[in-house]
Amino acid sequence: MRRAALILLVTMLGAAPAAAEKLVVSLSNHRVAVTSSFTGTELVLFGTIEPDQPRGGLRPAYDLVVTVTGPRQTLRTRRKERVLGIWVNVNSREFERVPSYLAILSNRPVDTISTPEILRRLQVGLDNFLLPQRIGPDTADTVPNDPFRSAFVRLEEQYGLYRQSPTAVTFLTPTVFRASIPLPSNVPTGSYPIDVKLFAGGQLVARTSSALEVIKAGFEQFVADAARDYGLLYGLATSMMALLTGWFASVVFRRD
Amino acid sequence: MQIYLPIADLPVNIFLVLGMGLAVGFISGMFGIGGGFLMTPLLIFIGISPAVAVASVTSHIAASSFTGALTYWRKRAIDIALAMMLLSAGILGTFSGVWLFTLLRALDQLDLVIGLSYVTLLTSVGGMMFWESIRAELRARKGMPATLRRPGSHNWVHGLPLKMRFKRSKIYVSAIPVWGIGFIIGFIGAILGIGGGFLLVPMLIYFLRVPTATVIGTSMVLTLITMASATVMHAITNHLVDAVLALILMVGGVIGAQFGARTGQRMRGERLRLLLGLLVFAVGLRFAYELVVKPDDLYSLRMVRTD
Repeated sequence: MRRAALILLVTMLGAAPAAAEKLVVSLSNHRVAVTSSFTGTELVLFGTIEPDQPRGGLRPAYDLVVTVTGPRQTLRTRRKERVLGIWVNVNSREFERVPSYLAILSNRPVDTISTPEILRRLQVGLDNFLLPQRIGPDTADTVPNDPFRSAFVRLEEQYGLYRQSPTAVTFLTPTVFRASIPLPSNVPTGSYPIDVKLFAGGQLVARTSSALEVIKAGFEQFVADAARDYGLLYGLATSMMALLTGWFASVVFRRD
Repeated sequence: MQIYLPIADLPVNIFLVLGMGLAVGFISGMFGIGGGFLMTPLLIFIGISPAVAVASVTSHIAASSFTGALTYWRKRAIDIALAMMLLSAGILGTFSGVWLFTLLRALDQLDLVIGLSYVTLLTSVGGMMFWESIRAELRARKGMPATLRRPGSHNWVHGLPLKMRFKRSKIYVSAIPVWGIGFIIGFIGAILGIGGGFLLVPMLIYFLRVPTATVIGTSMVLTLITMASATVMHAITNHLVDAVLALILMVGGVIGAQFGARTGQRMRGERLRLLLGLLVFAVGLRFAYELVVKPDDLYSLRMVRTD
């Protein structure tokens, strides 16, 4: 009997590597160009779950979480309070090096995918994503229901820059999936790392990464670069443009 | 049709912005003002951040005041000497204004200061203009002469030293109030994104007794130069001037101004001042409402830097 149990254990241990998976993913487009007519777009990430070794086994059900993060930035969240009858920004917290864009896409609500500890450790979900705040000299993330943190997340969600969607990932077959990544019109430019996590039975079983890039293209690129790098020339050019427009109007509409 | 604004970093409807330019241009042509105090709040209302709105409107005002100034130049209705005196202090004022603007932005109090200043300035100036024109209207009804300017009448301003003669305006006044007015206009203009025409014209009339013939043309030259230099300074220090936004506003503005000017010329001066006073006062009240009423969202975000 003990012998039989031992054999069973050995078989199970032996079987475990056979059920190791790897993820193969591909993006519909790696580079998004923001032009003058840009009003937002949607990228599609396709992928399959494959056995790690030839003839390896697969599990019956998988869950997938795709996390897309935009270029890091530091933002200040301010809170207004009534001072002498008017509303004034009184308190503020700085959120340091947080993503300018954050999408957490999954095939079902993240809190049903795994245990709270694992989700927290892997930073899965808006509540678990690390958003370090500077409070005085210290930098730390706070509890998800901290008023500044929740206001920050809420505002970012209103701008369409932070989102958590439990329906954005669909399994076309048990091993083939697609995830749609919505990019609103106000996405910042820069590189966007994509982290794909595969769960089975509440455990992380495979992980891979990809990236996309948002760039300003053509004229927009030129104007933004000029404003940032050549302030004086840019200012002079804008002033000249104003003078030309004004002069042109006075010539066109001249009546005397 | 949507167009993406490269500095404001958001798409706007080009016809909406063009329409706003036309509407504000119409009003500015009608009353002979730059219209910044209307344009900046409108831009903030459609979602452009106050800082970008203020910085971009400066170049829009430069364009519309240049059109106006050219017209007055042909009519020889500009006192260049007076404009240059105002300007020497105006540049200094603009410089200090841009500096304070940058400082307030860092302290998260820019929106508050812009709001409070608009309330104070607009309600007081608007109220004064309204009251003044009501009184003029009443005097006219009673058959009394409507002129306020009494030749040879002096106030305390005329007792100051450093007197200068401005030939075209036919005035002889101290340089101190001229510099003071120039500085104030430059300073306010840079912080609030307004040309200050609606402040400068009454100041020149009431304090310096500049005749009506030269006051608007001179004010436009000053507005032109302070706003053009404010554009450059904002571009250097804050990198917030959106040239695409500015261009759309300018094109709408200069066209609207032409039609506004034609309408304005058909109206009586007193009636025109009454309307402008009401408009200025109403915009001021709108800002007061915003400060006093509890905002929909107590929280707001501001970008500190990109890492």
